Amino acid sequence: MKFTGRVWVFGDDVDTDQIIPARYLTTSDPEALARHCMEDADPSFPEKVREGDIIVAGRNFGSGSSSEHAPIAIKAAGVACVVAESFARIFFRNAFNMALPIFVCEGLYKKLKDGDIIHVDGDKGEITIEGGGERFTVAPIPPFMQGLIQDGGLMAYVKKRFVSPKVNVG
Amino acid sequence: MGKTLTQKILEDHCDEKDLVPGQIVQCRVDIALGNDVTAPLAIKAFEDLGVKEVFDKEKVVLVPDHFVPNKDIAAATQVKVMREFARRYDVKNYFEVGQMGIEHALLPEKGLVTAGDVVIGADSHTCTYGALGAFATGVGSTDLAAVMATGQCWFRVPETMRFIYYGKLQPWVSGKDLILHTIGDIGVDGALYRAMEFTGEAISALSMDGRFTMANMAIEAGAKNGIFEVDDATQAYLKGRAKNPPRIYHPDKDAEYVEVQEYDVGKIGPQVAFPSLPGNVHPVEEAEDTPIDQVVIGSCTNGRLSDLREVAGILRGKRVHPYVRLIIFPATQEIYLNALREGILEVFVEAGAAVSTPTCGPCLGGHMGILAEGERALATTNRNFPGRMGHPKSEVYLSSPAVAAASAIRGKITHPAQIVGKEEI
Ligand code: SF4
Repeated sequence: MKFTGRVWVFGDDVDTDQIIPARYLTTSDPEALARHCMEDADPSFPEKVREGDIIVAGRNFGSGSSSEHAPIAIKAAGVACVVAESFARIFFRNAFNMALPIFVCEGLYKKLKDGDIIHVDGDKGEITIEGGGERFTVAPIPPFMQGLIQDGGLMAYVKKRFVSPKVNVG
Repeated sequence: MGKTLTQKILEDHCDEKDLVPGQIVQCRVDIALGNDVTAPLAIKAFEDLGVKEVFDKEKVVLVPDHFVPNKDIAAATQVKVMREFARRYDVKNYFEVGQMGIEHALLPEKGLVTAGDVVIGADSHTCTYGALGAFATGVGSTDLAAVMATGQCWFRVPETMRFIYYGKLQPWVSGKDLILHTIGDIGVDGALYRAMEFTGEAISALSMDGRFTMANMAIEAGAKNGIFEVDDATQAYLKGRAKNPPRIYHPDKDAEYVEVQEYDVGKIGPQVAFPSLPGNVHPVEEAEDTPIDQVVIGSCTNGRLSDLREVAGILRGKRVHPYVRLIIFPATQEIYLNALREGILEVFVEAGAAVSTPTCGPCLGGHMGILAEGERALATTNRNFPGRMGHPKSEVYLSSPAVAAASAIRGKITHPAQIVGKEEI
């Protein structure tokens, strides 16, 4: 998994209400959610984000609600991956289940400003900033979760492994 | 190596032995829960699979509670998706307006969860059932869809942190104050990915309602689950209520804990979380005299009967401050009915409070009490993130029901001892 993209930098404790405010949770349409992505953290985000951009944040990204609307909104907004110092537990799980790649990386977000370009190499386990020599280590993704992302998320995984053509299928 | 409570329960629900923290396991699930925000997504994912049946009609629980009674057309549509799904797949545990309650108060009350269960819910406060000695954790809608189809869910076996509370609770101090104090101490990611095992003499003395409140907020410290050992109080609660027999586990004496925290509860007074994090906790004295526009009492954290009784004890014969809107929402229909029979609702209305049918409503800024820009609320709920109850520039403080009731009377954040036994101020 390799990504190169422009970054948007956020701080610590960006909770799911900032990623997608609860007042928009009466819909689950990805496009509608994308229009309000990160709105309470940065009201101009939905307008300026472009396909392939990367969100970089501090500690405990995605705390709060269990709703998958958060990773869905981020994915639908075109964000390629999220890099943070740490992720809240349910967000962490939801991101893999939705096949949104996320990386835990210490020390990176303080070195970046909006608009910088980074290269994320999930296979080598490193991130580099364009124009700078410094390398940052990325925690390895456990094989089970790599499988989830490769399959295209949990539902594809379940379909492949649990739903056999003979049993239970309509 | 000894095992913690959480390890033992997970081990009995999977095909592997001697689980170690960090290991990924597939577990059999006893109860799978969804609400009107998360279930519609799960239902769509489930139906896309083309599976003909849910894994067990008794074990899927659907509770529309967030935006009910339907707030608007979009909310009505979400609930309709759930209702039709429940009828089509013969899901036994679907709870309609009029019979429902906030999910995490409702499931224990209906006896749907028992000790030793593995429970997943597409809602972060699913961790509440740890009070019953169950492993319960919040997941996403897709997880719920996968469980509805397969009855199984993947988990990373968590490390466990042990929290020991000794001493005797001071007056006006409740489970809410203990958990707020703990989150303030370890931080909102202090237990990230971990299990929180609560124990000690002060916990043994705590009511089941107090334990539900504590387990409910484990997620606010980032935890995967919060869990209590089963004791006489748990057994008494489950008796005649739980549909399945309890399976009781105890942690081994030599169980491995990543951290042990000890608290002398005699040193803990009423606590308040300041905006805008549940970990921004201070003694109530430091918040005293902060004016408030709204007080919200209820939610899956503190909307149970003992909470309402305590509030009524403080409000009886007093009036809500003219500058304050007090909104009280009992957590379930049964709690509502009991509060009605005990005359508690009368006390509320006479004091000038608005009493709502069970709903999540104001807790998540959904409906029934949204804050305008610059307004400040004190709530007995579990979250005070920016914009949680309305405008992004509104503020939420969190406290126990006792502090909330006292504050509603004075119009400012107040220690209950300032109100009780004194003439109206
Ligand atoms: S009462 Fe609040 S915290 Fe509890 S389930 Fe409802 S929205 Fe979530």
